[in-house]
Amino acid sequence: MLAYFSRRVLAAIPVMGVVALFVFLLLRLPPGDPAAIIAGDTATPAQLEAIRSGLGLDKPIPVQFITWIGQLAQGDLGTSLISKTPVTTLIGQRLGPTLSLALITMVLSIVIAVPLGVLAAWKHGTFVDSIVMAISVLGFSVPVFVIGYVLIQVFAINLRWFPVQGFSNIENGLGPFALRATLPAFTLASIYVALIARMTRASLLDVLGEDYIRTARAKGVTERKVLFRHALRNSAVPILTVIGTGFALLISGVVVTESVFNIPGLGRLIVDAVLARDYPVIQGLILLTSGIYVLINLLVDLSYSLLDPRIRY
Amino acid sequence: MIWFKSGASARKRSTTAALTMASVVALGLAILAPAAHAAGTTIRAVMHSGLRVLDPIITTAHITRNHGYMIYDTLLSMDSNYKPQPQMAEYKVSDDGLTYTLTLREGLLWHDGTPVTAEDCVASLKRWAQRDTGGQMMMDVTESLTAADARTIVLKLKQPFAPVLDMLAKPSSVVPFMMPKKVAETPSTESITDQTGSGPFKFVKGEFQPGVKVVYEKFDKYIPRKEPPSWTAGGKVVKVDRVEWINMPDAQTALNALGSGEIDYMEAPPVDLLPMAEGNRDLRKFIWNPLGSQTMGRMNFLYPPFDNVKIRRAAMLAMNQEDVLSALIGNPDYYKICASMYGCGVPLETNAGAPPSLTLKGDPKAAQALLKEAGYDGTPVVILQPTDVITTAAQPVVAAQALRAAGFKVVLQPMDWQTLVTRRASQAPIAEGGWHMFFTNWIGAEVWTPLVNPMMNARGKKGGFFGWMDDPEIEAMRVSFAAAKTLEEQKAIAAKIQQRAYDDVAYVPLGTYIIPALYRTSLSGLLQGPAPLFWNVKKAN
Repeated sequence: MLAYFSRRVLAAIPVMGVVALFVFLLLRLPPGDPAAIIAGDTATPAQLEAIRSGLGLDKPIPVQFITWIGQLAQGDLGTSLISKTPVTTLIGQRLGPTLSLALITMVLSIVIAVPLGVLAAWKHGTFVDSIVMAISVLGFSVPVFVIGYVLIQVFAINLRWFPVQGFSNIENGLGPFALRATLPAFTLASIYVALIARMTRASLLDVLGEDYIRTARAKGVTERKVLFRHALRNSAVPILTVIGTGFALLISGVVVTESVFNIPGLGRLIVDAVLARDYPVIQGLILLTSGIYVLINLLVDLSYSLLDPRIRY
Repeated sequence: MIWFKSGASARKRSTTAALTMASVVALGLAILAPAAHAAGTTIRAVMHSGLRVLDPIITTAHITRNHGYMIYDTLLSMDSNYKPQPQMAEYKVSDDGLTYTLTLREGLLWHDGTPVTAEDCVASLKRWAQRDTGGQMMMDVTESLTAADARTIVLKLKQPFAPVLDMLAKPSSVVPFMMPKKVAETPSTESITDQTGSGPFKFVKGEFQPGVKVVYEKFDKYIPRKEPPSWTAGGKVVKVDRVEWINMPDAQTALNALGSGEIDYMEAPPVDLLPMAEGNRDLRKFIWNPLGSQTMGRMNFLYPPFDNVKIRRAAMLAMNQEDVLSALIGNPDYYKICASMYGCGVPLETNAGAPPSLTLKGDPKAAQALLKEAGYDGTPVVILQPTDVITTAAQPVVAAQALRAAGFKVVLQPMDWQTLVTRRASQAPIAEGGWHMFFTNWIGAEVWTPLVNPMMNARGKKGGFFGWMDDPEIEAMRVSFAAAKTLEEQKAIAAKIQQRAYDDVAYVPLGTYIIPALYRTSLSGLLQGPAPLFWNVKKAN
């Protein structure tokens, strides 16, 4: 296992290198000039050129790339061209909200979706199954911002149970943190509940048709044990894969929910950086999210062996 | 009966359970709820965009200009009668109009506690003049700009330049903000990294999150002037402890937050959301910028077909302000037809040279005839169409339809605003990434004289505004305007310049719109001005 883990970590290094190269080159392809964005409406061509030079954007692209890689090797992601803030500081400011929201969303989704999926599989073909699947389709189909606005209208504006917007770091107190995270977490969970519940149901239905399930039932094992000990555990691998991918997606792309609830997360930082052609910030963020994907995939792969003893690395 | 009794009992049990559950939830929420807002002296505001660039000299972005007004001060300021008034300094002008002596008020301090000196101000003015077109014109006729002593700044001119005081009191980008010498010595092509100012608020660096939140604290050692506030002139008396600008990319979220009291002020609510606020008795509208904003279209003078003045005129004949404004704003309460390139309600307002079609319904037939006369060969007109900024999204679409109706072939190229900003700076031919027409907006104080109006800069490819109009006659008239000594003289020259600008089709002014800010009734004392101002504003607990 340790050897496998080490091999996978080492294998991530060239992956990240390729990502870095592609990101750097791709960002230089579309039109866009941070100097023009900084200078504003009345800059003359000469002033633009001077600002471009001040930002180091007049240097040949290979030189810019080598400079950036050199900085990366020293753990320096560079400095925002627009705000002059170190990229690590910007990411540090935004990582907390994104990570905490992703974690709460995932926990919430699993707690709700897995029992729902089990229930639907157990009551396969009945009214209960249809209801669970209808809820899943609804959660998956209604745009996330609609769910967000409805929750805000009901629970923040009408009932006044929660604030309308914003994020509070956990170090400012559990209360403010939980109050501000609840509605966005439920909003995001609507998609993942649907996804995980459907996956749980489908996966469980496959397993429930296996011989060993019939054998267990024939031996008089209780239905609860059959479902949770024998069936669910053996159908967990695809569910775990969906959870892992979902978590990675939550970290890199929840910009709509972040906007609706005004959460200063990584999604908004990426969009802002792209719109401003803030190359160091975009590069840093894509490297970070690539790293997170690699890490999550690794953790998911490792967890397979815990769930299924037949899988060995 | 037993059934009835047991049913009642069951209902009672379920009611009790529901009440218990509700109590637990309520108790839980009460425990979780944050303490009531103790800080009654913090104004939380959602501005029109997030603050990212902190240098108000390097950029013309309005949010950075607004930031400048929070933490920096100016030597002179413009009052609501458009007159320059002393702010940090009193001034004297020599009889020959060649020497301006500015004396700093006593007791002015930087936020780090050191005194403001004349040397700081000289360095600040020099950096500002490298970036501001009016400042450049002033420096062109400057013999020397020196610090005579710790509190005295002396500007000596080679020849009279009447708008010196107007330039030093310039209310909108680029505003001549004063910075410490060590900061002002940063090359004007590089952003400053030190936000020490001498204005009424201090920048709280530790709480700054670019594009998310910026915090200002009252600068206790700021000495306001005694005069009542008027625009950016007069006493800048701060009546709250903190001001927080919180960026909310979603306007509906911001309006919800304003309604629930989580924020106090929203600078630029979309017009279509205003009716929602009108139904809330805790909210008020406030027009902080009575001059409004001018929306306009600019053509590229370098390449066919718009290198031909007749074709530019045909394009202008095809368009009209009403169609653009109704698509852009919708509600006529918030827009105004205005043919003056300097804006309406300003001293230089004039209709000189404006074709009647612009303020009526357009004249597509006359446009067609002129196109034919000009020999338009069907070259497609490339219009840059920003799709992500609501205040510039409608104009290209309406203009494209008007141009098509007049016989133009039109290609709309959708893009994000930042791509447009880059693209319009390109002087390349169309096939190599050039363009024919783009649209943007200016606040009133940015177009109200021929000197500050960027589209009247006719210096061509080397120093002109995007589109690069090259007309020495307009440039000569701008110099005459700068030398004019009376308002009447200025008005006469400004009208001639506008006549010529319309003949050239320097640009197509497409009317004025005024979007009010929204604020909670707990705020009072809001000031009108060229930017949203936060001094003089009180917040009730």
